[in-house]
Amino acid sequence: MTRPSPARLARAILVLLLAASPGCSRSERPVVVGAKKFTESVVLAELGVLLAEDAGAAARRDDLGGTPALWLALTQGDIDAYAEYTGTITRQILRADPPDLAEALAAHGVRMSRPLGYRNNYALGMRKDVAAAKGIAKTSDLRDHPELRCGFIHEFLDRPDGWPGLRDHYGLPQSDVRGMNHTLAYRALVEKGIDVTEVYTTDGEIAQYDLLVLPDDREFFPAYEAVWLYRDDLEARKPGVVERLRRLEGRISEAAMQRLNAAVQVDKRSEPEVASDFLRSELGLDVRTADGTLFGRVMRSTGEHLLLVVPSLLAAVLVGVPLGVLAARRPTLGRAVLAGAGLLQTIPSLALLLFMIPVMMWLVGRGTGPPPAIAALFLYSLLPIVRNAHAGLTSIPGSLRESAEALGLPPSAILRRVELPLAAPTILAGVRTAAVINVGTATLGGFIGAGGYGRPILRGIDKFDVPLMLEGAIPAAVLALAIEALFGLIERRAFPRHG
Amino acid sequence: MFTLRDVTKDYAGRTALGPISLDLAPGRTTVLIGPSGCGKSTLLRLLIGLVRPDSGSVAFDGVPVAPETARSVRLRVGYVIQDGGLFPHLSARSNVTLLARYLGRDRSAIDARVDELAELTRFPREGLDRRPDQLSGGQRQRVGLMRALMLDPDALLLDEPLGALDPLVRADLQTELRDIFRTLGKTAVLVTHDLAEAAFFADRVVLLRDGRIVQEGSPGDLWHRPADPFVTRFVQAQRGPEVPA
Repeated sequence: MTRPSPARLARAILVLLLAASPGCSRSERPVVVGAKKFTESVVLAELGVLLAEDAGAAARRDDLGGTPALWLALTQGDIDAYAEYTGTITRQILRADPPDLAEALAAHGVRMSRPLGYRNNYALGMRKDVAAAKGIAKTSDLRDHPELRCGFIHEFLDRPDGWPGLRDHYGLPQSDVRGMNHTLAYRALVEKGIDVTEVYTTDGEIAQYDLLVLPDDREFFPAYEAVWLYRDDLEARKPGVVERLRRLEGRISEAAMQRLNAAVQVDKRSEPEVASDFLRSELGLDVRTADGTLFGRVMRSTGEHLLLVVPSLLAAVLVGVPLGVLAARRPTLGRAVLAGAGLLQTIPSLALLLFMIPVMMWLVGRGTGPPPAIAALFLYSLLPIVRNAHAGLTSIPGSLRESAEALGLPPSAILRRVELPLAAPTILAGVRTAAVINVGTATLGGFIGAGGYGRPILRGIDKFDVPLMLEGAIPAAVLALAIEALFGLIERRAFPRHG
Repeated sequence: MFTLRDVTKDYAGRTALGPISLDLAPGRTTVLIGPSGCGKSTLLRLLIGLVRPDSGSVAFDGVPVAPETARSVRLRVGYVIQDGGLFPHLSARSNVTLLARYLGRDRSAIDARVDELAELTRFPREGLDRRPDQLSGGQRQRVGLMRALMLDPDALLLDEPLGALDPLVRADLQTELRDIFRTLGKTAVLVTHDLAEAAFFADRVVLLRDGRIVQEGSPGDLWHRPADPFVTRFVQAQRGPEVPA
């Protein structure tokens, strides 16, 4: 009899589970519009979703973090379109300024629409009173004030068209520069926790907080005109969608975009709602949002969340228990297995999640959405299960194993009928721990478009919208408690205590 | 039934047992006795391949006991250890029938055999569905014995089977156990450190010290014809009660 190796078994199980999860078959896939992790990008993505739906296609939005992740997802085919800025395309994506931008993009299988109308330039922003007190009116004035505290989003700190380029171009002396979330940076600026942050010129907060946008007097920042980027196979695959997307060309003014941003950011209205209002008034399209009731949204998030938790936990049990058995049988190998599982646990969960994007692209041909999240959660759930299976088996008294051997039972029967039942309470406790960790960690799936409770939590953090955060956080806590209770019930039923 | 030829067993570079040569005759009860650490339990384990000898050979019914043959030997030999060695997650009945069920024996034959064994060992029927932690020490030992006898083995090995019991239960079980040995006429090998118990059971006693046989013979031989001063000391150490008048 040949036994499949655990690694091959694990891969087979993963592939099987992922094949069973919805949204994986390419032919039936809806149009997916990507969004970066800030409001304007989300609103534009919602506009794209509504336009695609108006063309009769099923469509959804995936929140994928920053520019590199979106570009990767677009070229890999995980998403079909997203809104990008011309300055970002030349400086960050292509790192070149080709004479014909469209032609350069076509080499990557990507098409570009004409500009949507507004420019969303980078600029530095300050409180008006602070700037006045220091006599600062334009960007070059910052050279005389090295003491100013700066807070930028991490992407801006890394981008060549962000802080590094700006600093070199102007010769800026500031040394107190830290990375922070965009919304929090605005808060910090208003509370005088920092003095300077980067702004997008269409941000709703500029008007809300009455901030001073420093003119780029030495012309460092390129023009950031919003355009659609879409895959060149989109037109053939979903006829009419490209035409609908391009109806936005030249239709969004800077003022209009600021209004849309403020409606979400300041008035806390939902992005789909804001997007559909705009399409009705601007393009006269009869689009409806399927935003639904609070109950409906929570049910949807719950379904998505369970779709991450259940397959990953199941796979972890199917792989973790045999690994634990192996570890208990072969002490040398066992130490390596336990150390390996422990090492996985020390990888920051977000890093593991991002690492899974190319891995799952290679394994199942899908690099965003549920597959990489399930794979990361699977790895995360392994340690408690492997460790408890190992502990449960090694704590069985030697005399019992010898009794079973002396009876004449073969090793496989000893494992099945004596050792695993004796270790079962310990193994179940491990699965319980893994399940609770899994439910909590699965919220990070929101970063890579896997949905679940992470989506409202992350959007809530980004919009500083506490009710929206709670819309994800409370059900996540309830689900964790429910799983605890369920396992408690199973334990009491399966292993009743005797007096 | 069991034949050992020049068997030795080392633990941590030290010879724990042997060299020993011994023949255990069928249908008789042999008692292995000696102080703690003399190697008597190791000797018992060697007989069914739970321990492999470092040199020499062990055979059961003419078949060498090796890893390939150990399972078939074990199926023909019952093994009982102190406190029964019962599986705590299984009821008394499941403990007794575990192997028979694994081997796919006929359900009704299994049930009939359990009834028969419960009668033989005087185990209460209502106790059959209890788990080991709900049984008394004496009852656990009876279940251990039933489990060892389930497949009607040719030989029975017992490693200090009565060591953990209080004196009254122990005396009862000794009598019952001897009756069972005599009724069934099986080859029995029993390990104990109690000379009175040895004398009670044994057709033949084997006295071990530091892994070697000091003397073997009938209980009377040890008492009346000790082979060396150690045997005399060992016999005299097992004193009866000294009750002041």
